[in-house]
Amino acid sequence: MMFDKFKPMADFQAELAERNVEPFGAVTEKILSATEGVVQGRNVILAGTNNYLGLSFDPRCIKAAQDATARWGTGTTGSRLANGSFAEHQALETEIAQFYGVDNAIVFSTGYTATMGMCATLAGPGDVILLDADSHASIYTGVKMSGAEVIRFKHSDPEDLAKRLRRLGDRANQTLIIAEGIYSMIGDVAPLQEIAAVKREYGGYLFVDEAHSMGVMGASGRGAAQAAGVEADVDFFCGTFSKSLGAIGGFCVSRHAELAAIRFCINSYIFTASSSPSVIASTREALRITAAEPELQAKLWDNCNRLYQGLKAIGLPLGPTPSPVVAVAMEDRSRTIDCWKALMEAGVYVNLVIPPASPSSNFLLRNSVSAAHTSAQIDTIIAAYADLKAAGLINGTRSH
Amino acid sequence: MIDYPEYLNFLCSALESQNKNKLVLSENTSLVADMGLSSLEVMEFIEKIEDHFDISIPLNILPDVNTIGDLATKVRQLNL
Repeated sequence: MMFDKFKPMADFQAELAERNVEPFGAVTEKILSATEGVVQGRNVILAGTNNYLGLSFDPRCIKAAQDATARWGTGTTGSRLANGSFAEHQALETEIAQFYGVDNAIVFSTGYTATMGMCATLAGPGDVILLDADSHASIYTGVKMSGAEVIRFKHSDPEDLAKRLRRLGDRANQTLIIAEGIYSMIGDVAPLQEIAAVKREYGGYLFVDEAHSMGVMGASGRGAAQAAGVEADVDFFCGTFSKSLGAIGGFCVSRHAELAAIRFCINSYIFTASSSPSVIASTREALRITAAEPELQAKLWDNCNRLYQGLKAIGLPLGPTPSPVVAVAMEDRSRTIDCWKALMEAGVYVNLVIPPASPSSNFLLRNSVSAAHTSAQIDTIIAAYADLKAAGLINGTRSH
Repeated sequence: MIDYPEYLNFLCSALESQNKNKLVLSENTSLVADMGLSSLEVMEFIEKIEDHFDISIPLNILPDVNTIGDLATKVRQLNL
């Protein structure tokens, strides 16, 4: 039967309902600020929103969105290739290209369609894609659609990447290497210096998804490649407007002029409606703020370090280094659900992650940090976890 | 050149550590339906094969792999 394969998921949802816990798609009834809301009837600190710079409530971004709606209307009602390219979209493309110091940019309606579309289109039959094993679902979906030969390399392992490029021989030149800046589930940073060195040795094209690192790393917020000093080795950068920039949308930028032609070959760009003018306008303002106010990034990292060190001090198993994503690894599904529920009752909303969304057999309590969090809020989050530890719900024996 | 039975024997031996259902492994044993391997466990096993034979196994072949025998056939083709 066609529906049989969904039965395990239906059973899991029924189990959650029986336990009176709803971690997936928890409804936010009211947003009080960038870091506080009312979720499932509780006032909570939002510690699972990817709102890294806290710009979703910046009054300048809100004003830009309001003005754009008044001027351009609520939606474009069409594709970028038909009636959906407004001057706002074109201006954002110019600005995001300038932000990255390149000449070519494409703006997409979501980050998912940006990475999926680029991964589905850049390499094709006869080409090879070498992707990090822990790549985001949008990348896996895209490469599957590409028609290229798809090979994984071990997560953040430049030696394994080199080994696989060596095995390809002359085909290494026809290979698209895919890595991310910060990995979304554990928050670990890719070893981009080493990966770029491997690319220089063997050839190929390097694609870096900076979804969780744009606005977060690099002297001007361009991401992990900028922080590693290897931007010149990166052929394509993808990213999103739905995290640091507080809106929704995605982009690809490149020094390759061929991006102009590639634009017309990406189904996820062609056959979907373009972003609403309000979204584009707030994104433009957020991008300007990101470039002009590096103190936001500094504040974010203060908070990252405070949360990471605080959770580490109580003995929780975390990722390798402080990061805007701080994930607590758990072994047991049922206990992880209990912890998620207890955190909510303590006034802290985090993300519950279960395999295969987590990169191992671990379950995760995934926290994301914002520049807008106060020190007191970070301390409240730490205290909530300390209570879980004291209650014996987290044993802290297993690492990522 | 290694032939099919040798690949099969290697795969069956290498899978013993993941044989939680205590099956008698053969070419007809299904990796998922019989052995109950998760997608993560399948990929960990693929990495083990890749390291052993110094090959890369494209993800593209996996939809055609159901049994240990299917995998032995594919690995043999890739290692020719």
